[in-house]
Amino acid sequence: MISLLLILLSSLFFVGIIIQTKAKIAARKMPSIFQPLSDVIRLFKKGAIYSSTTSIIFRAAPIVYFSSVLIAALFIPFGGNVGLLSFYGDFVFFAYLLAIGKFLMIIAAMDTGSGFEGMGANREALYSMLVEPAFFILAGSIALFTNNVSFQELFSNLHIVSSLSYSISVASIYVLIYIALVENSRMPVDDPKTHLELTMVHEVMVLDNSGFDLALIHIATWLKFAIYGSILANFLIKNTWSIYEQIGVYFVIQIAFAIIVGILESFKARNKMSKNPQWIIMLSAIAVVSFLTALIVAHKIILN
Amino acid sequence: MQIVLIGITSFWAIQAFATSNLIEFPFIYVLGNSISLSIDKLSAFFILVINFTSLTGLIYARGYLKPYLPKKNSTEIAFHYFNFLWLHISMLLVVMIRDALAFLIAWEIMSLVSFFLVIFESEKKETVKIGLKYLIQMHIGVVFLMIAFIIAYVQTGAAFSFDGLSVYFTSYHPFPLFLLFFIGFGIKAGFIPLHSWLPHAHPAAPSHVSGVMSGVMIKMGIYGILRVLSYIHTDLFGSGLFVLIISLVSGIIGVSFAIVQHDVKKLLAYHSIENIGIIGIGIGLGIIGLSQNMPVLAVLGFGGGILHILNHSLFKSLLFYTAGSVYKQTHTRNIEQLGGLIKKMPKTALFFLLGALAISGLPPFNGFISEFLIYSGMFQSLQTADLSVDIILLLSFSGLAIIGGLAIFCFTKVFSIIFLGTGRSDKTKNVTEVEPVMIVPDFLIGFFILLIGMGSFIIVQPLMNVVAIFTDNASILSEMTPVFNKISLSSGIFISIIGIIWILRAWQQKRHQVSVNDTWGCGYTGANPALHQYTATSYADNFAHISSKLVNVKKEYRDFTSDEIFPNERSFETHSSDIIENILVTKPANKILEFLNKIAVFQTGNIQHYLLYALVFMIIIGLLTYFNWI
Repeated sequence: MISLLLILLSSLFFVGIIIQTKAKIAARKMPSIFQPLSDVIRLFKKGAIYSSTTSIIFRAAPIVYFSSVLIAALFIPFGGNVGLLSFYGDFVFFAYLLAIGKFLMIIAAMDTGSGFEGMGANREALYSMLVEPAFFILAGSIALFTNNVSFQELFSNLHIVSSLSYSISVASIYVLIYIALVENSRMPVDDPKTHLELTMVHEVMVLDNSGFDLALIHIATWLKFAIYGSILANFLIKNTWSIYEQIGVYFVIQIAFAIIVGILESFKARNKMSKNPQWIIMLSAIAVVSFLTALIVAHKIILN
Repeated sequence: MQIVLIGITSFWAIQAFATSNLIEFPFIYVLGNSISLSIDKLSAFFILVINFTSLTGLIYARGYLKPYLPKKNSTEIAFHYFNFLWLHISMLLVVMIRDALAFLIAWEIMSLVSFFLVIFESEKKETVKIGLKYLIQMHIGVVFLMIAFIIAYVQTGAAFSFDGLSVYFTSYHPFPLFLLFFIGFGIKAGFIPLHSWLPHAHPAAPSHVSGVMSGVMIKMGIYGILRVLSYIHTDLFGSGLFVLIISLVSGIIGVSFAIVQHDVKKLLAYHSIENIGIIGIGIGLGIIGLSQNMPVLAVLGFGGGILHILNHSLFKSLLFYTAGSVYKQTHTRNIEQLGGLIKKMPKTALFFLLGALAISGLPPFNGFISEFLIYSGMFQSLQTADLSVDIILLLSFSGLAIIGGLAIFCFTKVFSIIFLGTGRSDKTKNVTEVEPVMIVPDFLIGFFILLIGMGSFIIVQPLMNVVAIFTDNASILSEMTPVFNKISLSSGIFISIIGIIWILRAWQQKRHQVSVNDTWGCGYTGANPALHQYTATSYADNFAHISSKLVNVKKEYRDFTSDEIFPNERSFETHSSDIIENILVTKPANKILEFLNKIAVFQTGNIQHYLLYALVFMIIIGLLTYFNWI
């Protein structure tokens, strides 16, 4: 329960921090941290325009997408506390649940019959397919290490096993940050602030959404960021700490994550579109490194 | 007739599930030997799968064959139904007979009648050619099976039947014989590189036949492999690794080929290969689990693989039936000519979407449950396994994740190109929804897809019974029940939240203006909306680019020249060819054909020449005998 509340809370300001960081670095006047929130509230007060080409799919997709992300948030544990839903292999459910939301968003973009949205849909499909193995290898390496196969146990035992676990954490955190960026269509795979439809990925998929639907899509993006931030936080928070310490560290990590994303987006150029697949496959390769590290730590590969 | 058959055999099967022992009774007497039908849990499982898919196929055929009724005479239609019935009977016999000779005969009947079913549209030359290709490959498979049975019989002298194999496997190293069986059964199942008949036969056959063939007939190959495996108890590691690697290759390559296809049924056929791969991954891991004494991996691997047999028969037949409905109404299988059909055939479209979501392994549908079982088997075994098995597991779950991602890529493509957007040619203009009798099977199948997806705990008990044939610790599956309950709960919450937000939106939109307008086109509305849409080729292009070595897509177009100021109309075509089929089948076949053509110079049609050959032959024989060479 507590993790859900924390995720909801941190999702409210996450994107705000990113845009503030970017404004600060570009020496612009900073927008309010709640600017994204007020944008969404304004969208909720608006009507909607639907394309005449679209069908029921287009209307269903934002809702399914939002619900899938919301349910995914229920699986995330916090420190020693179990997520609202938790079972053996829940991270498999988590990954496939996010995939069904994405499936619907992709076909909804194709539903508009627009060439632009086709491009976005197709790129999104390819990138999310390529990033899938990285997540599983990462989960596998932690499962190998802790012999646990649910989110809750993965993280709670990660700290107990030994201090060596931090050697796995380094590679894992690196991969996880970039998985989060790919999943949320941020730099260096996709530039949310680009102005040309031809070079967009996620933004171009939602060109035709408006009003309530667009608001849902925005909130889902915040939630996704907050979910990945929480997973990162779980790597570092020890459940022996008091609950206040845990919550304090949690928010520090979330804010730090948001600032890192802002800094990355300010200083990094976007990848060339055709280089993206290679770049994403690299994440799987790094995940394999963490798997091998786990093998070494578990004394299955003996080094001397 | 067929209904009666379904009734009787289903009753036997359910009885076999209910009682603990084998049901066995004499069937026919051949040359004084009685051949009995025996139904254990594995047979019972397959009987139920066969019966359900044959039933839906039969209902679907009533509607699908209607346009053919005026074109074909009644004998041809009757012959078609006769073959369909016999396909059903022979598949049932295959899973019930243990005697090797009778088994091979039933197997042969199955291949033969399915050949006749495939060449239903025999007025097309291409169809007959494909049918022959299918028949020849099936016979190559039978040869391997025969050799395998004979080797076991000659070496041991035990009964010429499946049961006789157990004697062989206890006294000899099982891998060589298993390999023979695997090739024989694998041709039927369509493992890569033995798959090359599959992507041709399925598009050529009528849709109810493709549904049954892909849904259950190729599973007979899996049945054979499972049946043989149930007699092997020693030295399993090699066989398991072999099955696993072949399956991973089949899964990844199958779905990669599927992505670049334009023919919807060919695409689905490649997906059958992919799903056979997933089944094989489960079985392969199960065998490795057995050999390494890792009961969790063994039980969940076999459980996932066997459940996926059922699941695949459901969603694949659903996809073939709905794709057949589209073909019937539009007369084309080329998805590049389709588009926007969801408005004209809403029910077919939604059922196709259901099948697409299920085959991509997404919750809350049935495909997810079987993949979940395989995944949890792997993740739970990671720590207990030794290094080599860990690396095998790493490869398997990343392979499975890639397969899942590629399946999503492929089905977003095929669904959106066929059903969404604007129609791409005139063929989509006057399309209407198909008649109700063709929707009925979709409802039946859809019900089971949701039942297994949402209420997965009900399958634990039957699945445990089947898995118990292979391992002693099948009760591990019952530990999955609370997990399944949680999955059902999560799916339930998921669906109710969708419902709640839907109502919220309806309430919100009632108070605000909702209007309908054109799709955003950068402010330009002059163009024909059908023209600047994404096509199947453009959707698959970036994937085809990164996997160009494998999928081998060729583009045919004319480039612009400098003197061409006002471009004329031009065409652009892409073709993909199956690189494995080229190397393994087409090239050797062409070589043989070339050689035979050269030999054909001897066939002059001149009687004097033939007499000369006879004379030369006699002289050679005479010389050989004289020098004692033979």
